[in-house]
Amino acid sequence: MSLVFAGVCSHAPGITGRAKRADPEIRDAFYAKLDELRVRLEAAKPDVLVVVAAEHFANFFMNNMPAYCMGLADEYEGPIEDEDWLAIRRTAVPGNVELSRRIITYMLGEIDLSYAEEWKFDHGIMVPLNFLTPRYNLPVIPVNVNCQGPPLTTLERAYEFGRVLRRACDAQPERIALVGTGGISHWPATPDSGTINEAWDRDFLDKFINNRRAELVAYSDEETLRDAGQGGFEIRTFLTVAGATEGAPGELLFYAPIPIFAVGCTVAEMTVQ
Amino acid sequence: MSLYYVQKLLYQLNRDPTIRKRFDADLDELLGEYSLTDEERAAIVEGDIGLLYVMGVNGQILMHYAALIGQEWDEYIAAMKQGVADHGAVRGGLYTLLEDRTR
Repeated sequence: MSLVFAGVCSHAPGITGRAKRADPEIRDAFYAKLDELRVRLEAAKPDVLVVVAAEHFANFFMNNMPAYCMGLADEYEGPIEDEDWLAIRRTAVPGNVELSRRIITYMLGEIDLSYAEEWKFDHGIMVPLNFLTPRYNLPVIPVNVNCQGPPLTTLERAYEFGRVLRRACDAQPERIALVGTGGISHWPATPDSGTINEAWDRDFLDKFINNRRAELVAYSDEETLRDAGQGGFEIRTFLTVAGATEGAPGELLFYAPIPIFAVGCTVAEMTVQ
Repeated sequence: MSLYYVQKLLYQLNRDPTIRKRFDADLDELLGEYSLTDEERAAIVEGDIGLLYVMGVNGQILMHYAALIGQEWDEYIAAMKQGVADHGAVRGGLYTLLEDRTR
């Protein structure tokens, strides 16, 4: 049928793995909004969930790093991480190879992307799925935007990728949901882990929620690195969702910096017009 | 420095159970397949997270590796800080571009 739902959420491993160390009040408020996103996602009755993520060297490495890649399989598995460390059990996640093939084929007419018939999910996808499809019964199509190993795709291209993804979804008979997952400001996996630039995050979210493309694509990587850390490069996943919902504002359901989760925790739904 | 191969080994170790088995069973043979300096080899053998961080291993690879070898979160963060204290600033990779926010 078309794209029927779009949203974003954070994915840091601490969200599940270090849950017991967070302030219960703010943690539970965050979890409640993730659950609200699940309820809204389910209400859209999707046949499949496209997850636009920024994986962390689970599948892609600097020997052959795609700027964009989409899964092309009937089954995936995850997490690659130690199950106790992430507090998520390893499981099979259903895909939809036939729909993946149609979306990829459509998109290749307008923009370049890679595909992968083999894909192991890391926390970048498993943490969102843990909250949004906790029974792993909704087929998932993973998409990766390289946000970890520069050189990276530009923000303009990340937005454009979203536009093309939208057209590809709208050309299919299935009901398709889209969730992007990334930063925003954070310095993950460095000695500065837990640092969060709340002012930067709120400014970015204002631009994102109101889908002001010109302002969203105006960040330089030097500015992002300085103000939002290397984890800030993951705004590309948000820009792809913004591109897929171009012209429509969204609703910020939750934002709060939670340092033990090492990220400003975000939940938002974007309007699909 | 052969940072690329240090990262490649850790990347494969993180995601591939067969590499993990070889890491446990025959480390010398496995490491022989990668182009590593003596310092890099020793850092991997000893699980020296601090030195690996200073060498420039991407934290997203290093974080998974630290979990794999059973380091608790606080221990892992402390190891990186200790690595900088012992060996100085990060020498290669993405983090050479980051400001030192601990100053």
